[in-house]
Amino acid sequence: MADKVNITLSVNSKTRQSQVEARQLLVHYLRDTLGLTGTHVGCDTSQCGACTVFVDGQAVKSCTIFAVQCQGSEITTIEGIGDIGKLHPIQEGFWEKHGLQCGFCTPGMIIAAADLLDRNSNPSEQEIRHALEGNFCRCTGYHNIVKAVQYAAEKMQAAGD
Amino acid sequence: MATEKYFGQSLKRVEDPRFITGTGSYTDDISLPHMVHAAMLRSPYAHAKLSSINTSAALDMPGVLKILVGQDLLDAKIGSIPTGWLHPGIKLPPHYAITPDKARFVGDIVAAVIAETRQIAEDALQLIEVDYEPLDSVTLGSDALKDGAPQIHQEAEDNRCFTWHIGDKIEIDAMFAKAAHSVSVTLRNNRLVPNAIEPRASLAQYSKASDEFTLWTTSQNPHIHRLMLAAFIMGIPEHKLRVIAPDVGGGFGSKIYQYPEEVIVLHASRLLGRPVKWSARRTESFLSDSHGRDHETEAEMCVNAEGKVLAMRVKTIANMGAYLTTFAPAVPTYLYGCLLSGTYPFKGIYCEVHAPFTNTVPVDAYRGAGRPEATYLVERLMDMMAGKLGIDPAEFRRQNFIPADAFPYQTPVALVYDSGNYEPALDKAMEMIGYQALREKQAALRQEGRYLGIGIISFLEACGLAPSALVGSLGAQAGQWESALIRAMPTGKIEVFTGTHSHGQGHETSFAQVVADELQVPVADVVLIHGDTGRMPYGWGSYGSRSAAVGLNAIKLAADKINHKAKRIAAHLLEAAVEDIEHSQGNFHVKGFADKSKSFFDIALQAHLAHNYPTDLEPGLEASHFYDPSNFVYPFGTHIAVVELDGDTGQVKLIDYACVDDCGPIINPLIAEGQVHGGIAQGLGQALLEEAIYDDSGQLLNASFLEYTMPRADDTVMFKLGHTITPSPHNPLGIKGIGEAGTIASTAAIANAVVDALKPFGIDHLDMPYTPSKLWRAMQTAKQRGLGQAAD
Repeated sequence: MADKVNITLSVNSKTRQSQVEARQLLVHYLRDTLGLTGTHVGCDTSQCGACTVFVDGQAVKSCTIFAVQCQGSEITTIEGIGDIGKLHPIQEGFWEKHGLQCGFCTPGMIIAAADLLDRNSNPSEQEIRHALEGNFCRCTGYHNIVKAVQYAAEKMQAAGD
Repeated sequence: MATEKYFGQSLKRVEDPRFITGTGSYTDDISLPHMVHAAMLRSPYAHAKLSSINTSAALDMPGVLKILVGQDLLDAKIGSIPTGWLHPGIKLPPHYAITPDKARFVGDIVAAVIAETRQIAEDALQLIEVDYEPLDSVTLGSDALKDGAPQIHQEAEDNRCFTWHIGDKIEIDAMFAKAAHSVSVTLRNNRLVPNAIEPRASLAQYSKASDEFTLWTTSQNPHIHRLMLAAFIMGIPEHKLRVIAPDVGGGFGSKIYQYPEEVIVLHASRLLGRPVKWSARRTESFLSDSHGRDHETEAEMCVNAEGKVLAMRVKTIANMGAYLTTFAPAVPTYLYGCLLSGTYPFKGIYCEVHAPFTNTVPVDAYRGAGRPEATYLVERLMDMMAGKLGIDPAEFRRQNFIPADAFPYQTPVALVYDSGNYEPALDKAMEMIGYQALREKQAALRQEGRYLGIGIISFLEACGLAPSALVGSLGAQAGQWESALIRAMPTGKIEVFTGTHSHGQGHETSFAQVVADELQVPVADVVLIHGDTGRMPYGWGSYGSRSAAVGLNAIKLAADKINHKAKRIAAHLLEAAVEDIEHSQGNFHVKGFADKSKSFFDIALQAHLAHNYPTDLEPGLEASHFYDPSNFVYPFGTHIAVVELDGDTGQVKLIDYACVDDCGPIINPLIAEGQVHGGIAQGLGQALLEEAIYDDSGQLLNASFLEYTMPRADDTVMFKLGHTITPSPHNPLGIKGIGEAGTIASTAAIANAVVDALKPFGIDHLDMPYTPSKLWRAMQTAKQRGLGQAAD
C-alpha cells in the first residue's frame, strides 16, 4: 500500500527528486509534497478542471495522472506561468477583464486558456468556449473569462508570439 | 493627494494578483506542523437504525489515531447543531454532528476517522463495520406529509417541521370569487446543489498552552460559526475560539450553515492535541453541502375585467431535508411568501407553506434563497395570464406595474418597498434585445417549423434583512445589523474591518473605493480586512446581498466619524474653529485659506503622536460603527431571454439575453456586472440543466459532476447588461444589492422563454429543468394530439 517510488521531474523549471506513493495523484504531489497549492482540487471525477497543469507542454488535469507517470516530465503549474510584475498575458487578461471572482477555478482556467492559445492564436468566441468546456466556473458565467482570453489573444498576437 | 472619485469606477480588483498567480490561501491550502487528517464515514442508507459499530479493525491500522462515533460526542457533552430561525410551533429535533442512533439521509455522518494522512484515514473508513437496520425512507416533501410515511424524527410527528402562512384566506377566496379571470399552475421548483467550485474544508488547532481553539473553515459568516460552536454546540467560551474564513472559493449560500465536520475537527484537535484537517471530496459535497430550492407548489392568480392583478393563492410544500440548517426556516417563508407581490399591486395574497423533514440532504439558502422561487412562480403565472387574456407578456406587465409614484409601497404580504421605478427598466431591456423585431422573427420562424422562445420577466427582490428588531420578531436568532471599524495608522494608511465576508464579490476593492472617497485618500492606502473573528469586530457575514447594503453603509458611517475627529485635530493644528474646517481635494483646510491646510497623513500622524493636540480629545484615529438599517432594500429589473428549441431533438439553446438591473448607485461597474453574469448563469443552470434526483430508496443518483450537469462555457452567451439607478432612500449610500439578482431573474426568464417556444404545442407550463428528453417527450405528446405541426 505504501510502497514508495523514486521520481525525478522538472516542475516550473526546477528539478525535483521525490519518493512518492505509487497511488499518489500528480495534483496531490504538487500540493502536498511540493507545497504548490495554486493548483486546486474541485472534484474527483476529472470534470471541473481546477487542477489543470501543463505536462510536457500539454494541458492535463493533474487528478487524472499519477505522480509516478511524470517521471522525466516537465510540469508547469500556475506558479510557473508568470509572476506579479511579470504576468503572462492570460493572467493579465483575467485581471483586466474581471475573469475571476472567487479565484478557485482560475489557475486551471488560465492553463486551459494558455493551451488553447498555444494551438490557436486567434480563436473565435465559440472556439474559446469550446476549449474551456472542461473547466467549471460557478462565479462568472464565463462571460468575462471569454473576454480575458480574447484580450490575451490580441495582446499575444500584437507581441508577435 | 487624491482628488478623483472612485465611486462608479471600474477599478481592477486588488484581490486578483494572488488568485491569478496561484498564491491565494484557501482552507485546504493551509498546512500546520504535526497536522493530521479526518475522514467521514457517511451512511449509504437514506434511513437506517445503527445497531452496532465495530471500529477495532480500523483502529488497528497503522497511522490511525482516533475514531469517533456519535456516543463519543454525547459523552463529551457536545450538543446538537441549532438552527438560526424559528417559527411558532416549529419542531426542533436534535442534529448531532455524528448521529448516535440512526442515519436520516445518505451522507449522514456515522463515524469519523483521524489518522496521520488523509489516505490512511480514508482507507480506514473501509474497515469500520456498521450494522445498519434499513428503514423505509421518503425523499419527496409531499410524500413525507402523507399518512403512514416513515417517521424520521421522534420529535416531529408526521414529519412536519412547521406550517406557516401569510394573508387572510377568506378575504382572498372572496377576491377570487369575484374575479373576471384566473389561472392556476402546479409546479415543482427543482432541488439544486450549490456546488461552489471549492469543496468545503475545515482545519482546527487546539493550543493547550492558552486553552484556545482556532478554526479555519470555508464560511460566509465566521462569527455565526463561532457563536453557534461556542455557545450551543461545543461549550467552548466564545473568546477561546477564533474562526477564520480565509480565501473562500464561492459560497452561494452553501457556506452559511454550521456543518458537523467543523464540530468533529475541533473536538478531535482537542483530544489529540494536534491540528486536524478535513476536506470534502466532491461526492461528499453533493451528499452533505446544503441543497437549495425543492418546492412543490399549487398556485392561482386572478385579475379583474380590466386585466389588473387582484389576488394570488399559493400552497407550497418546502422540503427541509433531514435536519434544519442555519437559515432553512426563513427561506420558504419570509424570503418567499413575502415576495409574492413582485412588481405588481396585488390586492391580496394568501400563501401557506408546509415544511416537512425528509430523508434528503438538508436544504438551506441557495443564491437568491426564496426569492428565485417566488419570482419563478409569479412570473410563470403572469405569463399564463397574459396568454389567457391574449395580451403580449411585456405589455401585460407594463399594465400591471406598481406605479413609480406609489413608493414607499405597502404590499399585502408585509413588506414595504423602499423605492422603485419598474417601467424604464422594462423599456430599456426591450430596446436592448429588440423585442418587437424578435416577436416578428419568432412568428416568421414558426412558419418554417422553428421554435424561438422569448421570455420576459420583471422581478423584485429584498436584500439586507433589517432592522434587527423586526427580523427578531419574525424568528431570526441573530441580529442583522453590521459592524465596521476603520483604523488610520501613523503613516496615514488605513485598515478597514468589516463583519461581512467576501468570497468572490470583490469587497476588498469596492469597499476600499468608498472609504478612499470618504476620507479623500488614494485607494491604494486602504486595505479591507474580513473573515477573522480574531481581528474584526462582531459581524453577521455575507448572504442575502447584504454586504454593501448593510456592511458598507456601516463603513461609510464609521468614515464620517473619522472625518469628524480629523476636522477637530485639523482645527487645533491650524488654530481655527472646527466649523471653519473644510475637507476637500484630499486636505483639511481653513475655509477661504487654501494654504492653511493639513493632509490626512499630517492628521493621522499627530493623532498618534499627540504632541500638539487638543487636550479634550482622545489620541488615535479610529472609529467603529454598528449600522442597523431601518428597512430592507429592494433591487429590481427586467430580464429577457431568447432561446431556440430544436423541434426534432428537444435541445434548447440560449441564444440571446438582455437585462436591466436597478441596484441603486453602482460602486464598481466591472464587479457589479460580474455578479450579474454569474447570477444569470446559475439561474440558467436551474432552468436548463440542474436537478438533484433521488431514487425510491433515497439515493442521490447524480452525486458527482459526471451526472449533475452545470453550465459550462458553451452553454452561455455574451449577456447584454444595462441598468437604471433608483437609490434606496433609507441608507446613507443609497445602495441596494446585486449579488443574487441575476439568479433570481434568469431562471424565470429562461423558463418563460422555453414555455414560449413550446406555445405551438399547446403547452403553457412544464417543470424545470428543460432537458432535451423532457422537451422531446412533451412535444411528442402534443404532436399526437395534433398540435405543433403548423404555426399557431
